[in-house]
Amino acid sequence: MLHTVNKSPFQNSALENCLRLAREGDVILLLEDGVYAAAAGTAKSSLVEQALKRHTVYAIEADVKARGLNNLIKEVHIASYADFVDLVEQHPVHAWL
Amino acid sequence: MAATGKKVMVTVRKAPHGSIYVQESIEVMFIFATYDMDLSVVFIDDGVLALQPGQDTKGLGIKGFMASLGALVDWEVTKVYVDRRSLKERNIAEDAVIAIGKDEDTDAPIRPQVLDSAEIAAMMAAQHSIVSF
Repeated sequence: MLHTVNKSPFQNSALENCLRLAREGDVILLLEDGVYAAAAGTAKSSLVEQALKRHTVYAIEADVKARGLNNLIKEVHIASYADFVDLVEQHPVHAWL
Repeated sequence: MAATGKKVMVTVRKAPHGSIYVQESIEVMFIFATYDMDLSVVFIDDGVLALQPGQDTKGLGIKGFMASLGALVDWEVTKVYVDRRSLKERNIAEDAVIAIGKDEDTDAPIRPQVLDSAEIAAMMAAQHSIVSF
């Protein structure tokens, strides 16, 4: 299962709620303001750091670059839009809007 | 659209009256109900606030959707679930959530079934598609 999160973890609990219901091995994809969760050394970094023990975590490259995030938690994978399409093809999706 | 028999879930995670999401989700439930699908509905996070008893939207000048939710069972939308933790966090009693229909024989109210996180997670994993609000 693929979970997409597009909200900032500083504004909104979508990521926390997603991680509560995601099962081990599910894939988490951060996009739009969701990519702020992938930044290292923030007050919310521990969410993704913990998630990485149970999930593969992706962040959309265009969104990361647009926001100038150049210090990401290093196990987070960067995904292109083409990768996004592949992930959506491979998994059922739930969007945590 | 041909009958599909596919497992489709609607998830509702928004509070009811500050935006149109919950209203739209109910429209979608009724649309799905007209097709041959294995439909389930889950209220999670702020979505459980739509099930709070005693909502009165007259002062907002809108009809509200309490009546629509109360007709779900009539439309054979019976797999309706609500997240236990979300209810608890918002201090809504599990047996107080609004009814989605009445038992044909006894007239007893039928309420959404309260589930734990793991049960909802397993159900989500079994879907062909999930439409989220």
